Amino acid sequence: MPRKPISLPHPIEYLSILDENGTLDGDLEPLIEPADLLKLHRAMLLGRRFDERMLSLQRQGRIGTFAPIAGQEAAQLGAVAALRDSDWMVPSFRESAAEIWRGKPLENFIIFFGGFNEGGQIASESNDLPLCVPVGSQVPHAVGLAWAMKYRGSDQVAMTFFGDGATSEGDFHEGLNLAAVFQAPVIFVCQNNQWAISIPRANQTRSATLAQKAIAYGMPGIQVDGNDILAVYAAASEAVARARAGDGPTLIECVTYRLSVHTTADDPKRYRSDDDVAVWKKRDPIARFQRYLTDKGVLTPEKIEALEAEIQAEIQAAVTRAEEQMAQMDDPLEMFDHVYAEMTPDLQAQQAELARELAAARKEDSHG
Amino acid sequence: MAKMTMVEALNLALRQEMTRDDGVIVLGEDVGVDGGVFRVTDGLIGTFGENRVLDTPLAESGIVGMSIGMAVYGLRPVCEIQFSGFSYENFHQIESHAARLRWRSRGRFTVPMVLRTPYGGGVRALEHHSESREAFWAHMPGLKMVIPSGPRNARALLTSAIRDPDPVIFYEAKALYRAFREEVPEVEETLPIGRSQIVREGRDLTLIAYGAMLRPTVAASERLAEEDGLEAEVIDLLTVSPLDDSLFVASAKKTGHVLLVHEAPRSFGPGAEIVARLVEKAFYYLEKPVARVTGFDVVIPYFSRENSYLPGIERIVRQARGLLAS
Ligand SMILES: Cc1ncc(C[n+]2csc(CCOP(=O)(O)OP(=O)(O)O)c2C)c(N)n1
Repeated sequence: MPRKPISLPHPIEYLSILDENGTLDGDLEPLIEPADLLKLHRAMLLGRRFDERMLSLQRQGRIGTFAPIAGQEAAQLGAVAALRDSDWMVPSFRESAAEIWRGKPLENFIIFFGGFNEGGQIASESNDLPLCVPVGSQVPHAVGLAWAMKYRGSDQVAMTFFGDGATSEGDFHEGLNLAAVFQAPVIFVCQNNQWAISIPRANQTRSATLAQKAIAYGMPGIQVDGNDILAVYAAASEAVARARAGDGPTLIECVTYRLSVHTTADDPKRYRSDDDVAVWKKRDPIARFQRYLTDKGVLTPEKIEALEAEIQAEIQAAVTRAEEQMAQMDDPLEMFDHVYAEMTPDLQAQQAELARELAAARKEDSHG
Repeated sequence: MAKMTMVEALNLALRQEMTRDDGVIVLGEDVGVDGGVFRVTDGLIGTFGENRVLDTPLAESGIVGMSIGMAVYGLRPVCEIQFSGFSYENFHQIESHAARLRWRSRGRFTVPMVLRTPYGGGVRALEHHSESREAFWAHMPGLKMVIPSGPRNARALLTSAIRDPDPVIFYEAKALYRAFREEVPEVEETLPIGRSQIVREGRDLTLIAYGAMLRPTVAASERLAEEDGLEAEVIDLLTVSPLDDSLFVASAKKTGHVLLVHEAPRSFGPGAEIVARLVEKAFYYLEKPVARVTGFDVVIPYFSRENSYLPGIERIVRQARGLLAS
């Protein structure tokens, strides 16, 4: 018996539609209405400018640690744009552009990263899970949600986001395996931004692509140019349609780059070169999309300028609202809320204990 | 009323809750066709189908993570972890998510799931099959930790746990699974989570136990009555967290002597918290230091020596006599 290659049902493709020089593959161009293209463009720009403002707020000591998104706008927005509002999104900790798209108010980010749980409030109509800090641990949640949708006969889907580092975690593997076994309608979006803090993609796994990991679980996997919003949107739309039709999960690897720090507590100079960053700056997803939209005649430099001003005003208004709200958030007794459906007798006693402590401290202050 | 083993009683609870609410989903390793390695889920797949009873791949973290997603969507997953010694694989899903999603989302998302798992020694099992680690779970804010001590309360507590809006770890003493039968009514029965019970009234000393340790503790109280004329009050905790201290504090004030029994290792075990509460709330009524009969701070030994590790009637009686000797 000879050794022969095994033919597997899912090949791995790389998809690019709008390359870094702005060249468009007209055959692959997805059909998106001009108004929707402009909405996506606005969301990318808002994501970028808000990120910049958050970074300056952090540097001024007005908020705490957060993870910037600069460079990853296309990967996030191309993916969520393929969802309906009624679908579910399960983010990791770096999806602010996607979360804004899904309706999270800007001030909630500022309040949350300003150190107040109140900013973690999820609106009652939202189907988005809160951000998830333990890397990769959110992946099985999306699978459970998706299984439940299928069980209830809904045509909703779940989409979850994670980084290249997360693909080394057990929960990534358990989640993909469970999704495929149960044919759950879930889309796994990996933002391969080349780094997991200081560990480069090459030291994370010996796999040639992350997308190929899908083959092991028996689901389609595709690698896309993650700085090309058209390609991400096209791949995500295909995956969403497949999931809605009952054909199970998909893994999408968005090849992108984290242009900024890992988090505001990180110094990337220790592990990566400026040259590397410069190469990726030329691949900026926003500049590329703007060129496409301008060539198409739906956007002009004047419109961009006006939009920039509008966005700055929107961000400033959110900062003002957030700071006004944070100034009122002085009640630490709030920490006892939402631990259980009903506060347990022990927690009631502990809350009363803290209340007494605070009252005593205030009294000492006023006498001192 | 039928006389049932704890396995049968748990099966009854699952069956009735699954009938009542089609959101109740059972999932885990070997829970379907095989009916669970201890047969707690026996026959459920035949009645409810493979959409309600999921035989999952071997992935404890994935099972619990998936249950969290199901619960967020509004289902009531009851997952089985085959042995509590394999719950370390899913520990972080409970700690990082099940117990916190309500808090993190400020009440928007809740995780009404139950994690059932056999715990404890006494059945001559392999390594990792006999441990008693309730303190891990009891230490987590946002989580409840329930341990029944017999068929009837196991059925009632599991029913309550499935209906509870918060995540519940439901520890089943495998030593009790088939140890004895008890009358279990066919009609629905629930028991409040977070409430302990007095199972024997007494005036001379207070014995506190739960789970598999309740039976030797009750037996010890009977021996003390017969041989020493001592009337021990026995309290069954039933819920380890949130801990109901009202009964044992009142009992300690009445008897002045307290002995507590658990098979978990001694240091930082549930007993340590009970002693702390007694010191805080009943110190001036205690006539002697509180005594503990517990497992030792070692890995539970293989079965030839496990009876020396596990608290038994002899150790409980001896400690109780020592406590009362002036
Ligand atoms: C389970 C876990 N281990 C370690 C960390 C600390 N940590 C936070 S982000 C990160 C790297 C994540 O890399 P990747 O998944 O590629 O996502 P990226 O941050 O690049 O978007 C690490 C190690 C964590 N949050 N969770």
